[in-house]
Amino acid sequence: MDGNVVTTAKIRIRGVSKRFGDAVALQDVGLDLAPNSFTCLLGPSGCGKSTLLNMIAGFAEPSAGQVLVDGQPVHGPSADRGVVFQEYALFPWRTALDNVAFGPMLRGRSRAEQREIGRRYLALVGLAGHEDKYPGNLSGGMKQRVAIARALANDPSVLLMDEPFGALDAQTREVLQEELLAIWERHRKTVVFVTHSISESIFLADRIVVMATRPGAVKEVIDLDLPRPRDRSDPAFTALERRIKELVRAEVQKLGVT
Amino acid sequence: MSEAIPLPAAAIPAARRPSTRWRAAFANGGMRVLAILLFLAIWTAVSLGNAYVWKFFNPILLPSPLAVLKAGIDLAESGELQRDIFASLSRVLQGFAIAAIAGVAVGLAVGTWRPLEKLVEPMIELLRPIPPLAFLPMMVLWFGIGETSKIVFIAYAAFFPVFTTTVEGIKHVDPVLLRAAASLGATRTELFRYVVLPAALPGIITGLRLGFGLSFFVIVAAEFIAADSGLGYLINDARTFFMVSNMLLGAVVIGLIGFLFNILLRAAENWLLRWRQTGRS
Ligand SMILES: Nc1ncnc2c1ncn2[C@@H]1O[C@H](COP(=O)(O)OP(=O)(O)OP(=O)(O)O)[C@@H](O)[C@H]1O
Ligand SMILES: [Mg+2]
Repeated sequence: MDGNVVTTAKIRIRGVSKRFGDAVALQDVGLDLAPNSFTCLLGPSGCGKSTLLNMIAGFAEPSAGQVLVDGQPVHGPSADRGVVFQEYALFPWRTALDNVAFGPMLRGRSRAEQREIGRRYLALVGLAGHEDKYPGNLSGGMKQRVAIARALANDPSVLLMDEPFGALDAQTREVLQEELLAIWERHRKTVVFVTHSISESIFLADRIVVMATRPGAVKEVIDLDLPRPRDRSDPAFTALERRIKELVRAEVQKLGVT
Repeated sequence: MSEAIPLPAAAIPAARRPSTRWRAAFANGGMRVLAILLFLAIWTAVSLGNAYVWKFFNPILLPSPLAVLKAGIDLAESGELQRDIFASLSRVLQGFAIAAIAGVAVGLAVGTWRPLEKLVEPMIELLRPIPPLAFLPMMVLWFGIGETSKIVFIAYAAFFPVFTTTVEGIKHVDPVLLRAAASLGATRTELFRYVVLPAALPGIITGLRLGFGLSFFVIVAAEFIAADSGLGYLINDARTFFMVSNMLLGAVVIGLIGFLFNILLRAAENWLLRWRQTGRS
């Protein structure tokens, strides 16, 4: 028995494997994520980050093993597990406000309540005044802010993010990272954040799960104790960055030689 | 004088310059009017030139635009024109309404339910390449020469584009939108209502527009065969009496009605799909 007996895990991944036909995308992954923790899944393209996240979200079932959230096995998506996608996935026919109010609308809130919640969460991500715009008229950074507000408006206890800032320019990306941390600190959620940016994972995470390729698996789990807000030029930051770079490079090379 | 650096007009996108935009719209409209006038002028020249100068063919075969207009006024005064317009329009609207409802309903069912798709798709693919007109005489046999055969015929012809675009629209719903909605707590019926339907709407509207155009296309033919009213009847009836002005008038009126309805449908489409109008302001 280990320390997990004392602190009950919010998300428990037990012996999870995923095969697509003959290809093994994930092999025997085991992870326990504490409530309100911020975990980054880090690894090169194709190591199974999205596959793992999708199983936590309930979009896919493991071929073997189990994903438990609050002790219950996951079968299908739930409003308590919000998801933010790299491609924003906003409903183009709904205004920013109506995108954010989508979850509350499904739960039968009145139109006035929907508008109030929509406004509040749009303001939270810095988009007050853009309520009536359609996604087609928003920049990439604004779209992703709307998508984050939409996930938060459901007040889920788990927030799953698959390379949410991957398509944004470096400046927008850093601003959104800081804002995401500020929101996470105020609204306490268990966050699982997929990225292949080492610096992004060190800036954000409590815990970085470095993944192995061929087959996808957990290579190393790194718990971070750097104080926040983190400084990217801090020696401890850069030292960790170098260490993780070595780990990831070994995995990329594995892809190159096979 | 007041502007230190005159901006070359070309440096500003045309859409941003209100005065130029209006001028462009006006010029565009002016060009259209000019084109129509030119067409009428050529028509008049050929018609009158033949009648009084060249005498290539019997002048009765090509009346001038003015003669057609006069025929129109005569027919309107006797009330025949209004009666025929009303008859054709009412057939088109009824047939098209049936096609729209059936096409969207069957399309939605086939697009969402795989087993049904396997069953229905081959049948549709078999029937679709056959020009609807091939079935017209049969429909007259089955449903008689009254209104029913015409309405059924229009409904049959207009069904295909509506059905096909509805199925396509549903099949091409972005799966990530379905995932997003599911992760926000949407049930299967809510996914259908709030994601699948709105995502398929642009396709459905295109199908409706095509179907409406086709309805007009085929009603004239149906009225040639068996009818005692309608614009197709007007044309065919005029043919037996060699009244070419009336025949041309029927064609012109059909064109005008089609044109007007297309404007209406476009406006409805732009309103329903207003979210598609991008361009930051
Ligand atoms: N639906 C699927 N069918 C077949 N193979 C799949 C499917 N989804 C993922 N895979 C395979 O599983 C492996 C892991 O894919 P996954 O998308 O999880 O990688 P990733 O780490 O998210 O990569 P990226 O950084 O490029 O997003 C890849 O080899 C991929 O080809
Ligand atoms: Mg991925």
